[in-house]
Amino acid sequence: MKFVDSFPAKNSLISCDVDSERTLYPYVTGTSVIGIKYKDGVLLAADMGGSYGSTLRYKSVARLKAVGKHSLIGASGEISDFQEILHYLDELILHDNMWDDGNSLGPKEVHNYLTRMMYNRRNKFNPLWNSLVLGGVKNGQKYLGTVSMIGVHYEDNHVATGYGNHLSRPILRDEWHENLSFEDGVKLLEKCMRVLLYRDRSAVNKLQIAKITEEEITISQPYALKTFWNFSAFQNPTAGAEGSW
Amino acid sequence: MSKVAVDVPSKGGFSFDLCRRNEMLTKKGLQPPSFLKTGTTIVGLIFQDGVILGADTRATEGPIVADKNCEKIHYMAPNIYCCGAGTAADTEAVTGIFPDFCVLCEDMVSSQLQLHRYHTGRESRVVTALTLLKSHLFNYQGHVQAALVLGGVDITGPHLHTIYPHGSTDTLPFATMGSGSLAAMAVFESKYHEGLNRDEGIKLVAEAICSGIFNDLGSGSNVDICVITKGHKEYLRNHMLPNPRTYVSSQGYTFSKKTEVLLTKITPLKEMVEVTEGGEAMEE
Repeated sequence: MKFVDSFPAKNSLISCDVDSERTLYPYVTGTSVIGIKYKDGVLLAADMGGSYGSTLRYKSVARLKAVGKHSLIGASGEISDFQEILHYLDELILHDNMWDDGNSLGPKEVHNYLTRMMYNRRNKFNPLWNSLVLGGVKNGQKYLGTVSMIGVHYEDNHVATGYGNHLSRPILRDEWHENLSFEDGVKLLEKCMRVLLYRDRSAVNKLQIAKITEEEITISQPYALKTFWNFSAFQNPTAGAEGSW
Repeated sequence: MSKVAVDVPSKGGFSFDLCRRNEMLTKKGLQPPSFLKTGTTIVGLIFQDGVILGADTRATEGPIVADKNCEKIHYMAPNIYCCGAGTAADTEAVTGIFPDFCVLCEDMVSSQLQLHRYHTGRESRVVTALTLLKSHLFNYQGHVQAALVLGGVDITGPHLHTIYPHGSTDTLPFATMGSGSLAAMAVFESKYHEGLNRDEGIKLVAEAICSGIFNDLGSGSNVDICVITKGHKEYLRNHMLPNPRTYVSSQGYTFSKKTEVLLTKITPLKEMVEVTEGGEAMEE
């Protein structure tokens, strides 16, 4: 939510022309991503909006991607930085495949790689302006973690980025439990995404849900949530208070 | 011999003696002491018979909890209550009957409502309180940092409004304010529907406040609830105590023996009571 806060520009250690080589503010941004562990693996949800400041400029931005055979990544924040990250991850997975040793990078390893990358960029005052969610299953072990643009990383049973932390985490803390079925997990994610749709100004009603289990990775087709606006109080809100709104 | 100048106390008016020192300190980076804020979760919702208001009970002074069990649901009229977030003094002063250092006595809205009731002989209406509060806050251009959730039931029905520090208002079926408002709103948006009965309404409000208490650092301690229906109100102070003190030493505290007591003698003071018999009436 603090994406448009600018960095301390008047840093005496860094001279002016070097400023053009550092990310100062994000331009095209994605909003929250939510992730939960469920019985068979991990579910991620994100909408498909790319905002350009206060306009909803792009409405078909896929913010959930598969990484290798065992992981899913979701990103919020600057979309171009996310594309950079995907490029680096592609290289990482390619080199891993070239070893051809029967081993493959699991979600824990990819999470660690991302953490190091984000933290190193932050130390050079040139961050990748993203908050990432990384989920996966390998050898029956479910993994769900997150990395922020300054390198803060942790893993948990449910994670969220951006506004999701304020609006969805409370719901997840109350209603998440071990061994959710796939349907229950999707219902829970949809509940959280619906609240975000109502209350986050940069949310769009077009979302994808990604599922990863030991066997397969699927990212759903985009779809919309049903919303309810027919409260009787909304029909004539100022019935008792003429002149207010 | 050096002579020390004697500080003569000023006769009156504001003393500017410390201004230079304060300015110097601020320049050096010292933050002035923060005033008591109620980082808060306050909510309200309309159910089938009226309005339910809820609030947490934590008052913070920066990172410290100053009051673990303060009251954030303030009385405005017998049928109107108001929850306040923001600077504690401001919300008390704006709604309350006690004069506070921020605001003059005349501006106490509940006093104004009482006078209006005497004048008109009728029960106060929520829109009256709303207009008085919003005019007051607008007058101070946002400097009186009180964000309020106003709810009540009057002759025209149940009403729920939110009032922002600059004086704007909203009329809503369910509302949340304060630092915990997002956590509480997440609960409302996913679980509110029309036609709630009293028990469902209280449960939902308690859930929303608990969501604020456990997910927001500025809110905590207990849940206060106020149920207002036509002609009747119930103030459930500390309706829920989800944060009890868990570890209390069973042995209590004993202090090591200090000096020995040699003698104890109690001398009662003589009572002097003057009884006036058949005193004269006060002369006019």
